[in-house]
Amino acid sequence: MSKWWKPGFLTALPVLLFLLVGFAGPLLMVLGYSLMPPKTFSLIQMPTLANFISIVKDSYYISFNWSLTLALTTVVLLLVICYPIAYGMAKLFGKWANLVTVLVAVPLLISENIRLFGWVLFLLKNGILDGSLKFLFDASAPSVLYSVPAIVLGLVYVYLPFMLFPLVIGLSMVPDTVKEAASDLGATRFQVFREIELPLAMPGVMIGCMLVFILALGSLAESKILGGQVVVMIADDIESAFTFAQNWPKGSALSALLILFSGTLVFYLFKKIDLDRILGRR
Amino acid sequence: MAGAHSTLAKRLIVLWTVAIIGFLYIPMVSVVLASFSRKRYFSFPINAWDTKWYEKAFQSLSVRELLTTSLNVAVLVTIFSVFLAFLGALAFARYDWKGRKLFQKVVLLPIFFPQAVLGLALLLWFSALGITTSWQTAVFAHMIWIVPIVTLIISIQVYSFDPALEEAAFDLGASRWQVLREVTLPILSPGLVSGSVFAFLLSWGNFPLSLFTTGADQTVPEWLYAKMVSGYTPMVPTLGSLTMGGAVLVVFGVYLMFMLRKWRRGGKDAGPAVESESGA
Repeated sequence: MSKWWKPGFLTALPVLLFLLVGFAGPLLMVLGYSLMPPKTFSLIQMPTLANFISIVKDSYYISFNWSLTLALTTVVLLLVICYPIAYGMAKLFGKWANLVTVLVAVPLLISENIRLFGWVLFLLKNGILDGSLKFLFDASAPSVLYSVPAIVLGLVYVYLPFMLFPLVIGLSMVPDTVKEAASDLGATRFQVFREIELPLAMPGVMIGCMLVFILALGSLAESKILGGQVVVMIADDIESAFTFAQNWPKGSALSALLILFSGTLVFYLFKKIDLDRILGRR
Repeated sequence: MAGAHSTLAKRLIVLWTVAIIGFLYIPMVSVVLASFSRKRYFSFPINAWDTKWYEKAFQSLSVRELLTTSLNVAVLVTIFSVFLAFLGALAFARYDWKGRKLFQKVVLLPIFFPQAVLGLALLLWFSALGITTSWQTAVFAHMIWIVPIVTLIISIQVYSFDPALEEAAFDLGASRWQVLREVTLPILSPGLVSGSVFAFLLSWGNFPLSLFTTGADQTVPEWLYAKMVSGYTPMVPTLGSLTMGGAVLVVFGVYLMFMLRKWRRGGKDAGPAVESESGA
């Protein structure tokens, strides 16, 4: 074991300093502002809980509720959608798995905006779905755009890779021999799944679920572009507090709640997993 | 267990995978279709095809300005991020040091963070420090999210790297710099290339961070968003298609480069662990 200032620490230093200035700094300031009196712009005042009290009193629980519900729905749907694909990629597709990886990753590299706008064009009245149905069957599609299902569609669509890739990593950590042994000993297929495959793939499953849940919780574009104004999610509230309302302390307090909530989840997750094992194994 | 799979189950999984990949590309196809429609307002089926919106886009000065801003940001983000992430990845995966486990988790935190909130927090931070936001501050903002991702991508490459190769070079009398240039960098180059591609394109397409940190400057995704909410214009699908086309070209260009390299080397040796796909 080398001493702590040896290459490891030295190579870590630039990134650490960068994140200190660019990540820890702003977050601490948000936490600081959340304790300042409403509608003020200075950080040197008596700390107060006024913002948090007004958040509890006002109807902010509605947007928190929506964000939680939508995020949870997204996680459940994506688990169901991605599990078979991840299984295929880890165990069945062989060489083709690489192609699937590339095909799923390419959309990630295209602006989220453009992709959501594509859904608008697809779902629009006289859009691609509606227009094709009219043209082919003389029937019009139900108008889904600007509704809650449209937001869920957007969330599922955007965060699919964030569930799929961790699941693939998780499932490739399950050795086939263990599963074979279990079924040789008389385990049913469901038992193998529940008692061997799922527990061994758990780190990947957990990373996928947490990642999607947290990102969906703080999402902004999906509800704005596909949801119109039907639902206000928490990130919307945070944005309007900072911009239109010019109420930095209120916006900070809302952000602080979101940060503390997601932060707790992340710390729980990080305690449970060993990154070396997940990333290093091939 | 492999034998226990019925062919039906396998086929269903393949079918499902193909269907979901098709689903992933629906919006892209929609955008491209819309960009070729002549009409001012989009309706489908398209009865008048036209490329005039592309001609307009190429002639427009404001489009050129948007592309320049986006390009400047993405290029700088790529250079700085890959440099920081290269060092970070060595600390993440190569060296055994006391704070490593903690470092791994700290580095990944920004990925687990809602970008819109991060953007707003940075806006607050810049204004508290008295920095006027512009495309340069957006470079900084993008990096907070992109450096961790690139670190992760390069780390995966570093994991498959055998430290004995470096030690052998040292033993044969190479200096630290020589080892870095002639052993470490070439072996890690696939990770560095995939890292650069991700850095460039994630910055190129980023919206939530740009929205709050570019100040008076505007990137392509910001402009597209502004037009989307203020009413339809055919320039949105057109510019959208152009940026998508660019992204796809970059990805497949790099993919081909990898394949070519693999194919060229294929015959000579079984290859050390170098060629493993980053798979990120």
